[in-house]
Amino acid sequence: MLDPDAVAEAERQFSVCNACRYCEGFCAVFPAAEARTAFAGGDIAYLANLCHDCRMCFDACPFTPPHEYAVNIPQLLAAARTQTYERYGWPRAFARLLRVPAAGTASIAALALVVLVGAAVASGGTAAFFAPHAGPGAFYRVFSFAALVSGALLLTAFGLLAIAMGAVAFARDIGLPKFSAPAFARATHEAFALVYLRGGGAGCYDERRGSSSRRLMHGFVFWGFLAAFASTTAAGIEQDVLGILPPFPLLSVPVVLGVVGGVAILAGAAGLIVLKSRSDPAPQSTRMIVLDYTFLAVLALVALSGLLLLALRSTAAMGSLLGIHLALLVALYLTAPYGKFVHFVYRYLSLVKHAQEARTSQSASNGGSHP
Amino acid sequence: MGPDVIVVGGGNAALAAAITARRAGADVLLLERAPLHMRGGNTRHTRDIRFAHDVPLPAAPGAYLVEEFFEDLIRVTGGATNRELAELTLRESMTLPAWMEAQGILWQRALTGTLHLSRTNLFFLGGGKQLVNAYYDTAARLGVRIRYDASVVALSNGGAHAGGTARDGGGTRVGGVVLDSGERIACRAVVAAAGGFEADVAWLKEYWGDAADNFVIRGTPHNTGLVLRALYALGAKPVGDPREFHATACDARAPRFDGGIVTRIDAIPFGIVVNARGERFYDEGEELWPKRYAIWGKLIAQQPQQTAFVMYDAKVHGRFIPSAFPALRAGSAGELAALMGLDASAVTATVAAYNAAIVSGGTFDPSALDDCATRGLTPPKSHWALPLDTPPFYGYAMRTGITFTYLGVEVTAGACVVSEGGTPFENLYAAGECMAGNILSRGYLAGFGLTIGTVFGRIAGKEAARHARS
Ligand SMILES: Cc1cc2nc3c(=O)[nH]c(=O)nc-3n(C[C@H](O)[C@H](O)[C@H](O)COP(=O)(O)OP(=O)(O)OC[C@H]3O[C@@H](n4cnc5c(N)ncnc54)[C@H](O)[C@@H]3O)c2cc1C
Ligand code: HEM
Ligand code: SF4
Ligand code: SF4
Repeated sequence: MLDPDAVAEAERQFSVCNACRYCEGFCAVFPAAEARTAFAGGDIAYLANLCHDCRMCFDACPFTPPHEYAVNIPQLLAAARTQTYERYGWPRAFARLLRVPAAGTASIAALALVVLVGAAVASGGTAAFFAPHAGPGAFYRVFSFAALVSGALLLTAFGLLAIAMGAVAFARDIGLPKFSAPAFARATHEAFALVYLRGGGAGCYDERRGSSSRRLMHGFVFWGFLAAFASTTAAGIEQDVLGILPPFPLLSVPVVLGVVGGVAILAGAAGLIVLKSRSDPAPQSTRMIVLDYTFLAVLALVALSGLLLLALRSTAAMGSLLGIHLALLVALYLTAPYGKFVHFVYRYLSLVKHAQEARTSQSASNGGSHP
Repeated sequence: MGPDVIVVGGGNAALAAAITARRAGADVLLLERAPLHMRGGNTRHTRDIRFAHDVPLPAAPGAYLVEEFFEDLIRVTGGATNRELAELTLRESMTLPAWMEAQGILWQRALTGTLHLSRTNLFFLGGGKQLVNAYYDTAARLGVRIRYDASVVALSNGGAHAGGTARDGGGTRVGGVVLDSGERIACRAVVAAAGGFEADVAWLKEYWGDAADNFVIRGTPHNTGLVLRALYALGAKPVGDPREFHATACDARAPRFDGGIVTRIDAIPFGIVVNARGERFYDEGEELWPKRYAIWGKLIAQQPQQTAFVMYDAKVHGRFIPSAFPALRAGSAGELAALMGLDASAVTATVAAYNAAIVSGGTFDPSALDDCATRGLTPPKSHWALPLDTPPFYGYAMRTGITFTYLGVEVTAGACVVSEGGTPFENLYAAGECMAGNILSRGYLAGFGLTIGTVFGRIAGKEAARHARS
């Protein structure tokens, strides 16, 4: 459940929108709001995660501050999204720890680095850590194989469990009805194509003017992440099923996918950072901006350290770079269920609900056109 | 040296003129009184534009022929229109969609939200402010110079100004403009497109007395008619009845200015309307709502304290677009009356008399002139008469909300402003609300304000550029 003041303010602003409806062509949020005459916390969580933050409805609204109606839907919904990440994060105590996302994430990374390097040095000694290694299993001469594999499995299991718990609570609050294949198909299409960053044809923010650059940049990050993820999976298969130990040759599946993914993430994250830094601050929520930049920075650093590790893996810097890369991955995974990373889960569920609603909904007609 | 063309105003008509003049090669300066965040006048509050078409468009099904458009215009104005200008506007309206698209306007697609595409009107994506933003972007890209916070208070006589020669005697040429700061800017031609005078309450009081204090102005506070006064001072010929304005029933809680579309009250045909005495005063179900929508502003203006109260019950709640402010709610008609500051017994009696007069057996249908009516009641409710009997009861206090005034200046088919003597000015043009009274002197057709403004904005821009560069 969201903060009651935030829900009341959302209800006030959406009452203006429901009397206006001028923005209904931009995205799914306005038609979904029009189908409601009262708003509970779950409705706001749903609308907040349905909003793609394209900000067209801010540019197009004659009632933004300083107008006394003070309508600012992108800001309202971004702030509500940060609340959904915190409220549905599981366990709650962890979610609260990340109230200061940038510092929290940095501390986790630093802590992870200390533990990893400490363990490596303690078991293998300083000399081995700072020496160049080559040939199969080179990485494991610095970090223990058993510790790395079990650590990775534990982290992944925890991350998946935490995200699943959040997803279940969120789905219950927004009132996700029974499974329906067409709704999932439609939501999947809308998620992959990021339909609602198209602004109903007007595009998305880019120095105020509608453009498709944000959709494109998100695509780089998204597909880059999937490629990197596939790379890790392929590496796991080569190592554990086929018994081929890393580092893998340059022309192997894990390396090619990793390079492509890493470069795409770097390019996309850089593009998104530039777009965000140039955009109008008025429709933004400060909390969300911090979450965005933190996530973008961690993604970019994971990608960068991974690429550097590949380039310098046969030098003496390998141990340090591997330590940094792993520490950043730990931070990415541990913060995932409570930070910006989790957006795709709540967004996807919201798209599913919208697809289900769109199949059945029927709201008051706007009575033709009169001024 | 000043610009070739000065466009006074920053709404639809001004932008259409500035873009067209610039495309025709003129050096154009647009002077908008509002600050940047409020640019665009009443156009910021618009939603759709009316246009004639003989083939269906993706965003406007069917056909709307010029002839039918003309009949509609004659019906609402009772024939009080300048035929030549009206026919020109309707013919030209056929070219508007393509022209608007070329300036970056997008249409709202079908099947999104609650919008039913209309045969007669095109809905632009995002509404009026989005339209205004697109026009400003295009104007800036083309090289139109734009100044905000630039209020024009006078037009200088061309005979007395640099570069001007008073050919047909003083007053038939304009030399430039004077801003409220005292700054003077000379130019070769002026397009006046600064809207009506609805935001000047003192001016409204000349015709309406203190009643005007109870009106709300739905649009921009900047349309105070300064430019109309400047035009008259230069000798322009007025057109349109200064008492006339378009007004709707608005939520009494609406801000004094700029409340926009969201305060309109659409509940009237679904309930009954009483005045401050708790009495009904007009047939709430006389005609389909869009046709009667705009008479209620005036009706309310004629009631005590210029207020009226609409009441409906749970049966119809949610069947029309609500106001931005929540409706008042009570368990009985009397309690609702008390909430609205009315005499509960008077209202209860009115409701009882109304309920008793309803002819039984009707089938309620808000989309047609149904057979739910009263008998023997004065005034009657001719359609959609359902008893007020299902709690909770809902209500809104309402005021007169002025959309625009009809007073303007006479123009030719070339958008040239005509002087008192009947001769057109040589280099002074008008477009939009400040000349719409030539075509629409009373009544209203939804979306027609933008049609007139865009058609005449384009003509004025073209003619001003041609004049300035010849
Ligand atoms: C709530 C509402 C909804 C409406 N909906 C529709 C609709 O859907 N379709 C439709 O066709 N019509 C609609 N109308 C009517 C429509 O707004 C007008 O017909 C149309 O916008 C007029 O355009 P315009 O350019 O003449 O005037 P405006 O858009 O009002 O522009 C006047 C401009 O002049 C500027 N100005 C004023 N004085 C000065 C000065 N002294 N110096 C410099 N600049 C000055 C103002 O700041 C403003 O920018 C609506 C009106 C309202 C209030
Ligand atoms: C179901 C799949 C996904 C959907 C529907 C989705 C949707 C969105 C949307 C709408 C935004 C902009 C609004 C906001 O900032 O919250 C966004 C931002 C972002 N997404 Fe995704 N996303 C998905 C998956 C992913 C994945 C897998 C990644 C990479 C790990 C990713 C990375 C990002 C980043 C970095 C941002 C911040 C961009 C910015 O605003 O600067 N997304 N996503
Ligand atoms: S954001 Fe503004 S313009 Fe858009 S629907 Fe809401 S009130 Fe209307
Ligand atoms: S920011 Fe974009 S996606 Fe979000 S509500 Fe506004 S128009 Fe819709």
